[in-house]
Parts: sequence; structure tokens; C-alpha cells
Amino acid sequence: MASFYGIDVENRLMLGTAQYPSPAVLAEAVRRSGAQIVTVSLRRESAQAREGQAFWQMIRDLGVRVLPNTAGCHTVKEAVTTAQMAREVFETPWIKLELIGEEDRLHPDVFALVEAARILCADSFQVFPYTTEDLIAGEKLLEAGCEVLMPWGAPIGSGLGLANPQGLRAMRGHFPGIPLVVDAGIGVPSHAAQAMELGYDAVLVNTAVAKAGDPAAMAEGMARAVEAGRLAYEADPIDARDMAAPSTPVMGRAFLA
Amino acid sequence: MKIELNGQQTELAAATLDQALEELGYSGAVVATAVNGDFVPRGARTETLLSDGDRLEVIAPLQGG
Repeated sequence: MASFYGIDVENRLMLGTAQYPSPAVLAEAVRRSGAQIVTVSLRRESAQAREGQAFWQMIRDLGVRVLPNTAGCHTVKEAVTTAQMAREVFETPWIKLELIGEEDRLHPDVFALVEAARILCADSFQVFPYTTEDLIAGEKLLEAGCEVLMPWGAPIGSGLGLANPQGLRAMRGHFPGIPLVVDAGIGVPSHAAQAMELGYDAVLVNTAVAKAGDPAAMAEGMARAVEAGRLAYEADPIDARDMAAPSTPVMGRAFLA
Repeated sequence: MKIELNGQQTELAAATLDQALEELGYSGAVVATAVNGDFVPRGARTETLLSDGDRLEVIAPLQGG
């Protein structure tokens, strides 16, 4: 069981809710994966279309916990204001804090991230910072009051998998006991399993599921991979080696030469 | 007066933010508001006065990653 700010979840796959072909497909993906936490966002609402109202009702009907994000924010002020609005609308202190410093890779601006995290944690938010695998940035985020870290696997929407597995392994080793979530860059279930095998507590996936030909099937595949990877981590995998080591016992073999 | 509602020039008669939301058609909607870039909590809408040229953001839940 994973735990984030005192909330226990059985299912270690977090799903994003954007880019699905339809709300019905999104709902099916959430159901088939068994995801208990989904990310959501905030946008301008038209009084005529009221799209947000319908979406929010659909999410509430799914009975999942929501993790609002500050996607698209580039400054501390924008991110803090967005978080305040999200807390009121979604009625949760949880906020996935995204502060983007570079457009091509949607690279987190870890300096602004720490500053915003400090402000939000002091205001009783429970912050899930979207960060890099930088250890010192992670330490500063924890000092700021964060109790979860969400390093990227690879740039958002890239599907590249874990671009820096050594860095993520180092992060796991450096922050024992801190819930760590690989967020972004996952393309296929084996990437998710790899993150879990490293000892990460959960994986957050959006594009790879939403843009798959069959999002619900991919969501289930991701959930199974996450479970498999977690089991492997808990089972203490063997060390890799270059040379063969016979698995069949050598002793007692018949002499037939 | 004229305000900017979600980036669009909009004519408004209401004086306060809660009245403005009614007038603009947001009655009963789950929305959060910001005026000139600052969050205005739901409880502060009745005493928040709007002025000519104010930028009002009205936001609601949407899909996100």
C-alpha cells in the first residue's frame, strides 16, 4: 500500500485525465486500471458552454481522489494563485505543483518550484512537486514542507521511458521513506514496471494511455505493470552479472561423454 | 463599466463579484475567481468591488495530466 499525506492507496497507478477520445473512454480507462488517484486541471469556464461543470460531475461519479495540477504555470505567482483556485474548486489540499522553466522539454524550474512549494506548504497545502531527479532540489523541496516528490521519467508526453534510470535510482536511495512518484515520460507498461522495480511508490501516466489506440486496454496494461514492478521490488531482485551461472544443478549430472 | 472576462472585453452592470457572476451566467456553477491576477475566495465575493478595466478570471475543472 502506498501512502501520500496520510492517504493510503492500494493501486499505485495514477492516471491523468487529459487527451482521451471521449469522457466515456476516460471513465473506462479509470475503471479498468483501478486507478484511485487522477490528475485534473483548471481552465477558463465559458458561462454558455459550462464544459467544466460536466467534466467535474463525471469525475465525481468515478469516486476517485483528485490531484489538481498547476500545468502551464511559469511563475511562482501564477502557480500559487492556480493552487489556491484549485483548492477551492476541488475541495482538496492536494496540489501537483508544476512550474515550467523551458518550453521544449517542459523542464521544471526547480528554483521557482521550491519557492512556490514553500509558500503553499506554509498555507497548509499538501504539495506534490513535479521535479527533476536532482537530489539537492529534492532536499530543498522537503525542507519547504513537501512530503512527496515527483521526478520526471522523461519530458511530458514524450513516451521515452526513464531517460535517467541511474539518477532515479540515486534519488530512491537518497530519500528512503519519502513517497516518490515517477511522473511523465512513460510510453509503455515496461517503462512503468521499470520505475516500480527501482522502488518508486507510484507512477503517473497520462499521454501513453489517453493517446493509445485502445486507452482502456493500455490503462489496464499499465496497472498490471505497476503491480508487477512493485512485486519485483519487494521480492528483492538478483544482481545482474555478465557471465552465465548455471540454473540447473551441476552436481549429480550423469557422465555421458 | 467594461471589464475583461477570461480575456474578453465584457460590459458589466454589477458592482460586486458575486453579482457579476450572476449577471454573466455563472449561477450555480462550480468556479473559482481571480481579479487582476489575485485569487478571490468564494467567501470574499460579496465584498469584492469591481472597477472599470478589471481583469476577471473565472475558472472551472478541466482535464489535466
